[in-house]
Amino acid sequence: MPFNTPTSPHQLAPTSITRVMMLVILALIPGITAYVWFFGWGVVVNISIALITALSCEALILKLRQRPMLPSLSDGSAALTAILIALTLPPLSPWWITVIGVAFAIIIAKQLYGGLGFNPFNPAMVGYVMLLISFPREMTSWIPPTALTDNSLDFLETVIFILFHTLPDGITFDALTEATPLDSLKTHLALGNTVDEIREQLGVDEAASRILSVIPIFGTIGGKGWEWVGGGFLLGGLWLIYQKVISWHIPVAMLGSLFAISALFYFIDPAHYATPMFHLFSGAAMLGAFFIATDPVTAAASNRGKIIYGCGIGIFTYVIRTWGGYPDAVAFAVLLLNMCTPLIDHYFKSSVFGHKKG
Amino acid sequence: MTSAPIRLWDFHGGIHPEQNKRQSTQEPSAQARMPATLTLPLHQHIGAAAEPIVEVGETVLKGQKIASANGYVSAPVHAPTSGKIVAIGDYPIPHPSGLSALSIVIETDGRDEWVRYAAKQDYTETNPSHLRNIIREAGVVGLGGAGFPAFIKLNPGSQKKIKTLIINGVECEPYITCDDMLMREDPQSILEGIRIMRHALQAERCVIAIEDNKPEAYESICKAARGVEGVNVALVPTRYPQGSEKQLVKVITGKEVPSNGLALDVGVVCHNVSTAAAIYRAIHLGQPLISRMVTVTGKGVKRPRNLEVLFGTPMDELLAQCDVEADQIERLIMGGPMMGFALHDTNLPVIKTTNCIIAATRNELGVERPVMPCIRCGACADVCPVKLLPQQLYWYSRAKELDKVQEYDLFDCIECGCCSYVCPSNIPLVQFYRFAKGAIWTQEQEQKKAAQARQRHEFHQMRIEREKQEREARRAKKKAARPSAAAPKAPPADGAKIAEKRRDEAISQRDSAAAARKAEIQAALARVQAKKRAPQKTAEAPDKTEEKTAPATTAERAAATQKSAITKKDNATSTHDDDQPVQ
Ligand code: SF4
Ligand code: SF4
Repeated sequence: MPFNTPTSPHQLAPTSITRVMMLVILALIPGITAYVWFFGWGVVVNISIALITALSCEALILKLRQRPMLPSLSDGSAALTAILIALTLPPLSPWWITVIGVAFAIIIAKQLYGGLGFNPFNPAMVGYVMLLISFPREMTSWIPPTALTDNSLDFLETVIFILFHTLPDGITFDALTEATPLDSLKTHLALGNTVDEIREQLGVDEAASRILSVIPIFGTIGGKGWEWVGGGFLLGGLWLIYQKVISWHIPVAMLGSLFAISALFYFIDPAHYATPMFHLFSGAAMLGAFFIATDPVTAAASNRGKIIYGCGIGIFTYVIRTWGGYPDAVAFAVLLLNMCTPLIDHYFKSSVFGHKKG
Repeated sequence: MTSAPIRLWDFHGGIHPEQNKRQSTQEPSAQARMPATLTLPLHQHIGAAAEPIVEVGETVLKGQKIASANGYVSAPVHAPTSGKIVAIGDYPIPHPSGLSALSIVIETDGRDEWVRYAAKQDYTETNPSHLRNIIREAGVVGLGGAGFPAFIKLNPGSQKKIKTLIINGVECEPYITCDDMLMREDPQSILEGIRIMRHALQAERCVIAIEDNKPEAYESICKAARGVEGVNVALVPTRYPQGSEKQLVKVITGKEVPSNGLALDVGVVCHNVSTAAAIYRAIHLGQPLISRMVTVTGKGVKRPRNLEVLFGTPMDELLAQCDVEADQIERLIMGGPMMGFALHDTNLPVIKTTNCIIAATRNELGVERPVMPCIRCGACADVCPVKLLPQQLYWYSRAKELDKVQEYDLFDCIECGCCSYVCPSNIPLVQFYRFAKGAIWTQEQEQKKAAQARQRHEFHQMRIEREKQEREARRAKKKAARPSAAAPKAPPADGAKIAEKRRDEAISQRDSAAAARKAEIQAALARVQAKKRAPQKTAEAPDKTEEKTAPATTAERAAATQKSAITKKDNATSTHDDDQPVQ
């Protein structure tokens, strides 16, 4: 009786891409929960639209390329990309923003390069940057944390607004939206106000209190609500490290360098530069450090390479946030470092067993 | 035993696969039943196949030599029991290729009658070279699975000082428990064997390494080693592939065996525990290597356990003795699930390197999953014990960029399979490496041939050119000679001509002398090259030693697996074959 004779190893670990992606998605849940808590149901609606778009686009392209559909659709990578994009969009973006961004990410940034594993740039970040450049107005119309406004929408109202752009009577869109803390900080600093002046207004001006929340222990950290979202992602990220789904190198290098460089400038001139904590807990820093920069396909491979890569992202994030034209910069920084990945991989190889260390 | 705990070191990577060892240690080991016939392949070890020294029809006694070693790296084969030689011919052997090879078939007579060999209890009086000879004649090879003739690794040469003798009782592969059982049941033989090896090597100290998933074996060995000077027993944390020689040397001594080198280069020699016991039997009892402990396990047998098996025993008899459920077997593996190879059939003999037979049922070793593209997750690099970058090796192997794979140190890969084990994309990475190694060897052979052809061609051209020049020179001389004949009265001119002619002759003579010398050098070169090629041709599996990654063995495996494996994989990965890596 002849048997099959595949070659060794015969025993394989019970792991798969699907499992890895699902763990990552699971780790996003604390952050997403905080996000929904502070910014309303729009987040959930965006995620749903993004998921549907991503899977349809993936299926469409696989069909066009005549590839087996099930393995790629079920690997969870398109779903993860969709969720990440949805998390970077303003919670009340019109539906077509989400659809265009996700479709661009899946079709252009991922599948046209050959699908999973072959894309040189992080698809989610490509989608996000494309949106930011093409639709700057829609992409910067954020709503304030629901706790800070009387005008919050319930679930149905949110769905209706996102799909049809109609609001319940008595609420205007402008009343709903406001710039993000990073954005406001930038605008204020550009107007010549110092951080202290902004802080001085705290007691008097309610709008400013939305910009920088004060917590006695930490001093000023991220914007109201934002620090909770950041904290949620931090928690999920630490769990991923604990589960050995990601290694510590990239998040630690990225957050460490962001902290170090912002601390440096803050101590040189606290009047014009935000605190390190503000930088760590604002915008997409936490999400980026644990969930975006760690995308293995586009990151550096060796451990030393990962540290260089993470530091690069941290530093560019700070530079673009502080002196560049856009309020948040994680996306740009990630794409910039994606470009450097082949170079980093070339110069940072581990020293092979039995070879002279050099 | 020297009781101070010894310092342990670390090696990079490694994995913790499901152990699956407990099943086969539930009952003590037993003697396998004597089959009606024993089929003994002549190639059960690394090196050249043995040569038969018996004829069909001859009766032999237990332990009688029936085939002798052929060259230095080779091992003789002995009759495992008394009986009659009934055939010498090609029979299927347990080999990844599934091919047949020259074997001797003995019909057993059931009397199990020993031939007498002199036992040597007083080995300390015997000089090491004589001991090595006895071990060599007893056909002892490494029983850890590699099958490298043991006497060679007892010969450090006069230059090298052996600091540490490591006795490998790690048995890091899942399922296998034959060394575990031996250590539990017969620690005395192992320690006696160690004494002999230390004497032969003049080793300063000896460390017996046992993984901490074998507490019974550890206890047993510690008890036996109590009071033995210079012998340490080290309990090492369980991790695959710790039993691999270079990794174990690192763990015990902290030294990295150089990339192309041997453990000997860092003053270490490694032997398996079973080899130690076999050496004891060869020296003290005068018994050649005719049987070994074999783990028969897997869900396909109802009574998994260890059996002491005579070489040549058909595997189906062993499986039957362990209550096989033949229709349940989906894959039959010789060796461990990480580095062993799958057999085509149960109808194959047990040989010296058969440490374990796994009768695996469907999905026992993991559910088959589709092959997905590499997501560069780096899991493979994290576990590679050689600190390679498996995903890069994979890119370049797949793209057939053979220079690049070598740049990434493909030949340091020990094919341990850790990378394939953890890959979430389920890529059969090791298959790609075997394929690339095979392709490189083929290429090198071709390049060598081409270089020789070119040399021959150039030499030929040179000769034609010179002959032409000589002809022209002669013609010119003739032409020049004619006018000088017309004017005989020009002695000075004539003298000049003669001188010129002499010089011409001298030059052409020198040229042809040079040519002759060149031809000689060429011939010598060709001889050397031919000699270099020769062993590669004759030895089916040359120089894969336990220390050294073996061109031919792997090449053979590669060749054998290439077809099935690669075509299969191509199918599997064909979904992405036209996608080039974007680098
Ligand atoms: S483990 Fe597999 S998927 Fe991950 S980098 Fe290695 S080859 Fe690629
Ligand atoms: S098979 Fe080779 S590349 Fe893979 S882990 Fe083992 S040594 Fe490293």
